[in-house]
Amino acid sequence: MLSKEKFTFVEAVNDALHFSMKKDKRMICYGLGVTDPKGVFSTTTNLKKKFGSNRVFDVPTSENALTGVSIGAALNGVRSVVTHQRLDFFLLAMDQLVNSAAKWYYMFGSQKPVPITIRLIIGRGWGQGPTHSQNLQAWFNHIPGLKVVMPSFADDAKGLLISSIFDPNPVVFLENRWLHNTKAIIKKGDYRVKIGKSKVCVKGKHITILSMSYLTLEAIKASKYLYKKFKISAEVIDLRTIKPLDWASIFQSINKTKRLLILDTGFTTSSVAAEIIAKIAIEKFKILKFAPMRLAMPDVPEPTSLALTKNFYIRAHNIAASVLKSLKINYKNVEKDLKLVNPSDVPDSSFKGPF
Amino acid sequence: MKERLFLKLYKSMYRIRSVEEEIVKRYHEGRMRCPTHLSVGQEAVSAAFSQLVSKNDFAVSSHRGHAHYLGKGGKLKSMIAEIYGKKTGCSKGKGGSMHLIDLSVNFMGTSAIVGNSIPIGVGLGLSAKVKKTKQISFVFFGDGAIEEGVFYESINFATVKKLPVIFICENNLYSVYSPLSVRQPKGRSISKMVKAIGPKVLSCDGNDVIKAYKTINRAISSVKKNNGPFFLEFFTYRWLEHCGPNYDNDIGYRTKKEFEKWKKKEPILRLRKKIKNKFHTRLKNIENEVNKEIVNAFNFAEKSDFPDKSEAYKGLYA
Repeated sequence: MLSKEKFTFVEAVNDALHFSMKKDKRMICYGLGVTDPKGVFSTTTNLKKKFGSNRVFDVPTSENALTGVSIGAALNGVRSVVTHQRLDFFLLAMDQLVNSAAKWYYMFGSQKPVPITIRLIIGRGWGQGPTHSQNLQAWFNHIPGLKVVMPSFADDAKGLLISSIFDPNPVVFLENRWLHNTKAIIKKGDYRVKIGKSKVCVKGKHITILSMSYLTLEAIKASKYLYKKFKISAEVIDLRTIKPLDWASIFQSINKTKRLLILDTGFTTSSVAAEIIAKIAIEKFKILKFAPMRLAMPDVPEPTSLALTKNFYIRAHNIAASVLKSLKINYKNVEKDLKLVNPSDVPDSSFKGPF
Repeated sequence: MKERLFLKLYKSMYRIRSVEEEIVKRYHEGRMRCPTHLSVGQEAVSAAFSQLVSKNDFAVSSHRGHAHYLGKGGKLKSMIAEIYGKKTGCSKGKGGSMHLIDLSVNFMGTSAIVGNSIPIGVGLGLSAKVKKTKQISFVFFGDGAIEEGVFYESINFATVKKLPVIFICENNLYSVYSPLSVRQPKGRSISKMVKAIGPKVLSCDGNDVIKAYKTINRAISSVKKNNGPFFLEFFTYRWLEHCGPNYDNDIGYRTKKEFEKWKKKEPILRLRKKIKNKFHTRLKNIENEVNKEIVNAFNFAEKSDFPDKSEAYKGLYA
């Protein structure tokens, strides 16, 4: 059955770009490597062939100016998708993102919207190291005027990318490299997922696990284990959008479970998890049965050596252990039970780098 | 024909100067409550631009943007009301003097961050190319912006893509209070340096409005022939302090001698000397007309309502 065919996250992104460029005849797509033989991990493959070099083009290594260029184009009704092969390179463009893209609409009296989508790919493992692995969603979340999207599944990648492109505001679209080979059934044509709406991946009643990006896969793994072994039903909610956050769904789940664990791919201090915990503590303090918990990356740069990253990432066993702690269940063998099949620095055995 | 152009250039310069001087006169009243960077002494380039730019062309500028906004045809009333923080302001009181916009004439914005609007102007040029509309994008900035990385990135990209962009650098020798001597190597010509990147370049006395007119005209002709971007460097001088309504020659960052030298090159009087005596009554009429318009604009701003404080929280997302 054709409709049940599964596609990868990469194919989903490529599909969304093709669909959007066909729909909006003025939309442009650019970034370093967008038209090179590798096509940004194959996400931009065939776009130039289909839509021409006037609309799909490679560019100079000038992250800041090219962000400004997308703003200027947007002011004249030309939407851009700008792609960066690592988020870390995009840090050179903070002036244009923060001072201009996020503010142009507001600071000029809400007259001219700035529809741009900035695709940032985030590395993990395989020695990506300090400057190829940063999950800085908290930075973008801090800036009024931006939207921040972080899909965890291939179908959501398509639906959220199309929604981002046709959103009239600047959207930062964060793609974890470890999700690129994951597969899902993907609807053809105009498939959109609403920005600002989370998804319940696993229904549960004992605890709410809020998650984002690659960590949602680990959360689902942990929830399956917890149910099988302890009959604990953990509700796993994939946030999908970081800004605006789906507070209504978050509150609804916590009202039910009265326990909260948040998983965050970013550094711990001032993380998105910190923000959620702050609001939950302020507004839901009385109903909580256990102090809210978070698992986020330690406040050190990600080191490169496999030896140094062995226990560095958050895995299903860390998640399961935290859940057990909140339910006051004393069990020591979680890590053994959820032992990794593959080396800790790859998403699956097929991944051979180099980045 | 020549006289008609001269009169128009005169009017434009006189108007910009008089607007700025009215701001100077009233700034101490404390009702224009935002950082304000005035263009007194630098009127010629904007006046020349005003007579050459098409309404459909785009322009963006910097913190010192009043003259460019007015040159592009931006509404005076809306600009003054914006400086007063009124809801009738061009940015509804959200932007102030440093964030001016008038979409009715494709003046797309000004930025307080040095060099920030340069790539945005390039993006407008790119959009014209994508849409095949023949519009030109004019990008105004000062000599300080030349030291920003984004300037090189932008001019390189515009050159690679042969975009219809005219970069206009008004070199007034200072970035705030820091002279070129502490910022760029001795003997550098900005325009020669930029030429090496690839665009066509010209430099010219920015206080000679007729020369500025001819220079901008040459750039427009070239860009219209799809020759790619053009970079123009105009030498000029701001008379007042970097930000605010006062003279500041007493604080010691520039010499009285230097100031006096530039004052002799004052652009309005220089043009006036070229206009025949028989037109001088016309000049008087122009001045009266402009003075009246300015009084009206300030009255409009003063009488306009402030935005409701609830507006601060609105209009963030489209």
